[in-house]
Amino acid sequence: MAIEINGAASEATPRPGQCLRTFLREQGNFGVKKGCDGGDCGACTVHVDGTPVHSCIYPAVRADGKAVTTIEGLSNGESLHPVQEQFLEAQGFQCGFCTAGMVMTAATFDDEQRANLPRNLKGNLCRCTGYRSIADAVCGHDGGHAHDAGADVSGAKSPAAVEATPGQLGDNVPAPAGQAVVTGTARYTLDVPGEQLPGLLHLKLLRSPHPHARIVSIDKTAALAVPGVVAVFTHEDGPAQLFSTAQHEHFTDDPDDTRVLDNVVRFIGQRVAAVVAESVGAAEAGTRALAVEYELLEPVFTPQEAILPGAPAIHGDKDGAYSRISRPLENVVAEVHAELGSVADGFAAADFIHEHTYKTQRVQHVAMETHASIAWLDEEGRLVVRSSTQVPFLVKRTLARLFNLPEETVRVVAGRVGGGFGGKQEVLTEDLVALAALTLKRPVQVEFTRTEQFMAATTRHPFTINLKAGASRDGYLTALQLDVITNTGAYGNHAPGVMFHGCGESLAVYKCGNKKVDAKAVYTNTVPAGAFRGYGLSQMIFAIESAIDELAIGIGMDPLEFRLRNMVRPGDHMLSTTPEPEEDVHYGSYGLDQCVALVRDALDRGKERYRAAGLDDLGPDWVVGEGSALSMIDTVPPRGHFAHTRVSLEADGRFAVDVGTAEFGNGTTTVHAQLAATALATAASKITVRQSDTDLVEHDTGAFGSAGTVVAGKATLGAALELATRIQTVAASLTGAALTDCRLVDGAVECGDRVVPLKEIFDAARLQGVRLATDGNWGGTPRSVAFNVHGFRVAVNTGTGELRILQSVQAADAGVVVNPRQCRGQIEGGIAQALGAVLYEEVKVDDAGHVTTDILRQYHIPSFADVPRSEVYFATTNDSTGPLGAKSMSESPFNPVAPALANAIRNATGIRFGELPIARDKIYLALCDRTLIPN
Amino acid sequence: MDMNTIEAVVPTTDPSQWRDGDAWLAGGTVLFSYGSTVLKRLLDLGQAGWPAITVTDQGIELAATCTVAELYALPASAEIANHEWPALALIRPCCDSFVASFKIWNMSTVGGNLCTSLPAGPMISLSAGLDAMASIQSPDGSSRSLPVSDFVTGDMQNVLASGELLRSIHLPAEALSARVAFRRLSLSNLGRSGVLLIGRLDAEGGLVITVTASTKRPVQLRFPAGQVPDAGMLADAVGDSIPWPLYHDDIHGLPAWRRDMTFKLAEEIRAELLGESMVVSGDFWPPHATSPQPSTQRANNNPQKEAPHGN
Repeated sequence: MAIEINGAASEATPRPGQCLRTFLREQGNFGVKKGCDGGDCGACTVHVDGTPVHSCIYPAVRADGKAVTTIEGLSNGESLHPVQEQFLEAQGFQCGFCTAGMVMTAATFDDEQRANLPRNLKGNLCRCTGYRSIADAVCGHDGGHAHDAGADVSGAKSPAAVEATPGQLGDNVPAPAGQAVVTGTARYTLDVPGEQLPGLLHLKLLRSPHPHARIVSIDKTAALAVPGVVAVFTHEDGPAQLFSTAQHEHFTDDPDDTRVLDNVVRFIGQRVAAVVAESVGAAEAGTRALAVEYELLEPVFTPQEAILPGAPAIHGDKDGAYSRISRPLENVVAEVHAELGSVADGFAAADFIHEHTYKTQRVQHVAMETHASIAWLDEEGRLVVRSSTQVPFLVKRTLARLFNLPEETVRVVAGRVGGGFGGKQEVLTEDLVALAALTLKRPVQVEFTRTEQFMAATTRHPFTINLKAGASRDGYLTALQLDVITNTGAYGNHAPGVMFHGCGESLAVYKCGNKKVDAKAVYTNTVPAGAFRGYGLSQMIFAIESAIDELAIGIGMDPLEFRLRNMVRPGDHMLSTTPEPEEDVHYGSYGLDQCVALVRDALDRGKERYRAAGLDDLGPDWVVGEGSALSMIDTVPPRGHFAHTRVSLEADGRFAVDVGTAEFGNGTTTVHAQLAATALATAASKITVRQSDTDLVEHDTGAFGSAGTVVAGKATLGAALELATRIQTVAASLTGAALTDCRLVDGAVECGDRVVPLKEIFDAARLQGVRLATDGNWGGTPRSVAFNVHGFRVAVNTGTGELRILQSVQAADAGVVVNPRQCRGQIEGGIAQALGAVLYEEVKVDDAGHVTTDILRQYHIPSFADVPRSEVYFATTNDSTGPLGAKSMSESPFNPVAPALANAIRNATGIRFGELPIARDKIYLALCDRTLIPN
Repeated sequence: MDMNTIEAVVPTTDPSQWRDGDAWLAGGTVLFSYGSTVLKRLLDLGQAGWPAITVTDQGIELAATCTVAELYALPASAEIANHEWPALALIRPCCDSFVASFKIWNMSTVGGNLCTSLPAGPMISLSAGLDAMASIQSPDGSSRSLPVSDFVTGDMQNVLASGELLRSIHLPAEALSARVAFRRLSLSNLGRSGVLLIGRLDAEGGLVITVTASTKRPVQLRFPAGQVPDAGMLADAVGDSIPWPLYHDDIHGLPAWRRDMTFKLAEEIRAELLGESMVVSGDFWPPHATSPQPSTQRANNNPQKEAPHGN
């Protein structure tokens, strides 16, 4: 007997303990994805004899004699399966890593199952979309039908959309990779056929069981004796160079406090040694065979304890000036102390003062694709690393610096990336495979497990915010004082940036003469925090927007009215911790007022709908309330964010755009194609975007800080505009027409009466020795500001704590929306991810420093059943700094959600929840103990 | 995930074959989900050939290898049609209480859920709630049986000794003939159970309330006919039967919430079964022909749950 895969009997036999997922991948079925490897996420869904199963928990030996169908075998080879068509039509994906599993699951549904997607799709987790587009895909809706408020309004409110030329600015162009995504042929990091990597080795890590210890010795003998083990790397083998896993344009933005392999471990889960072997199983066995002697050091787990005198200095061995650590002996990585005006005067002038401690928890990105990379040496002996990264060019720089290599001898590429959310703005795997490949001269691969993601990747920085704010009776903010401690964990990656950024736009959006900030980022012996969607803003905005709500309540004013009175307007300086505004941040456009109005009107309509439908009384156990919050974000990170792109005319008359930025579901590939198409008078479908390869273009800082559209897009637009001119020039010389009479149209240039096809122009240019290719650059400055306002109507069951979201609405000021459907998807995804962070998600660290929530059943991310359909509205603005008027819109939709929900719960229950997450049990217990109400 | 330390998969149902480093493989959904670095062999029940479900006048015998999908299909099956067993209404709500998707049900087994012995194991709730008996076979050739409510002894703990095999679960006809009620709460929609209570009013008038999920192991409150409690007596009984340390404490619910919800749901069940009032907190009850779910993502909004969005 044999296992039949997509109609063909497999020649291979599975290993005894192998799961079907890895067996299928070994046979080349890369559409079978690993999201969790524990049966929770459904990314590996296949059919066994027609029945859908999660192949990661299906014993492969059980498939003997059965017929397995993977995504690769779903269609008949000629046309797509209807569900694949529907996912394409509705664009029911972003990063696409979950898509094959979604499609395989939905392909088995009957009408009854389709009518109950919360139940039937709860075993398929998506971190990007917020599930709305998936619902539309599974049900065969295109996402733009008439009864759908969000789609309607997004189209109607975007002036570009009204006049959109197909395939250009403002059109709902589908993602270029759509076909590959729905057929499971899109290549993610590890989807490389074995024959392309002969001799591939696998790396597994021995991780520290201790929160703080010095490694006395590591005995490799037994590990090296394990059959298949090729090498063991310890701190004695790795480079001594200190670096930061955080990746920024300037490495000096982060403290150099990390080694590839250190002789001191500072959190449970830190790398101790890397074992490289012929198979994953042998590498695992090798890690178990290592004998490590530790000298235990005193740990400290909370930032509040870590800053006390006498606390163990976690990086006390570092030179603060060299490593850029503010006070290494006191565990302070970075700090800011600033006062604008006088908060004492401001409080004296206040009629109402709100004082509260707000706390945000550790949350994890849970990108569906875990961290993974492969390194090898190419024919020229260059180091090549294929990684799941948002920042290939910065990884290249970091590897060159770590291993003392000339930058041109390092190449970093990313395939399609299965989600990022900031988590892949780090070097967490690439340094290890580079070390091993450089040493062993063989390809080496590492893949994190889902548990490794939780215990040893990065999290959002937990913030403790002691807030005091005052308001005058006539509705003005008189003082805002914040004492902030952020917990950066064992390493300072992103600690300064997150702290500073957190204390930036969150304060600057309010006019207030008296602002005071004392903030510290503090080391603890816990899993490191890093970059996370919002980059500090979500934490601070939770506190400040909650406080704004309390102030309004305190003075008896409608909270939105209070916001309208105090929020910045064009011309107002945007001030947070410095007396002068950032010199390169401007009101390139301003739509905050529109966003507030859009949310207020939508909430009013929602309330009326409930009333009209007779649903406003849910019964005696239910209380209802509504709440809102706003947020502002600079459209580009500070201190330079660079992009080089190249646009060229190809021999077949199509265009190629080479960009550095990676595609991880952010949709920038589509945006590049649309921007270029607009400049080149063609359609996005005629643009081929090549991306995320350090050999393609000179440099690209990377896809973080929401820079994909506004920085790289700006570079692409510039290059495309110049190329359009050059093409017209060649056409003019070819036809003898005046340049002013030559007009680029789709596929050709009209020169007076003559129409010259682009292919002809390409050939003519080649004969002239002219290459029709142009370079675009953008340095990320000047910058503008983007806005998001969120509103909720909720019902709370006072008997059980159950929370129901009755209405969710977000208005966004994204400037001119390049692709309304895609932008809506970014917003919906941000809302869903934020709902998880408000309602359940928490990476728990116990009293001994262990992460206890290390699988997806312990760390619940929103499933289909958890996420309401949100209404999404766009402000009508046109930005003077962004490409064709566009602004950033990828991190920011996350930011106002938590306080909006907390404010709605406050409105419903009278209780201020200042600590996240706000789970049903906590709501119930707080209702039992009304003393939690502040003031 | 791959279990790379496994050297052999041995098809057998014979406990005498068991040796150190072995594990019984039923559906595999738990073993392959958590993985292992110590197991050497899997004793594969996949070819046991045990009939999944055997219906007699004495009740229902579920093989340990009966899949959740097979159990879910039972209430609609022909073999059950001529039995007047109201308690069958519990089967689907209990299956729906799995946080795992219906796809997992195609592999995971009733016995596997019992042997995993999580507080939230819904097959434990179902079988304990129906006074089911578990039949166990031992490596020495002996066998024994005991109530499921005694089978699970704590969070991921049970009475099985090394090598012992759970063979089957018997749901007695007397319990199946009872009127039943079900209540469940979770911190998320359709999520892991934080509290799950099942009530049974037997034909003779006795009331049994079985508490699971909120407690580390099942707890049963039994009130014989004639001693059926009022609200106050029930609350006293809950308080007396469940000491504070028995409430489970994990990410799926704080113990204080679980305790209060246990009191609340027990009273809702009591009042429902005694016909005093019908208040339903939580999901899946009363049972529907198709599983009712809170639907917030459906393109065609359900007006029962929310007003349609739109202008």
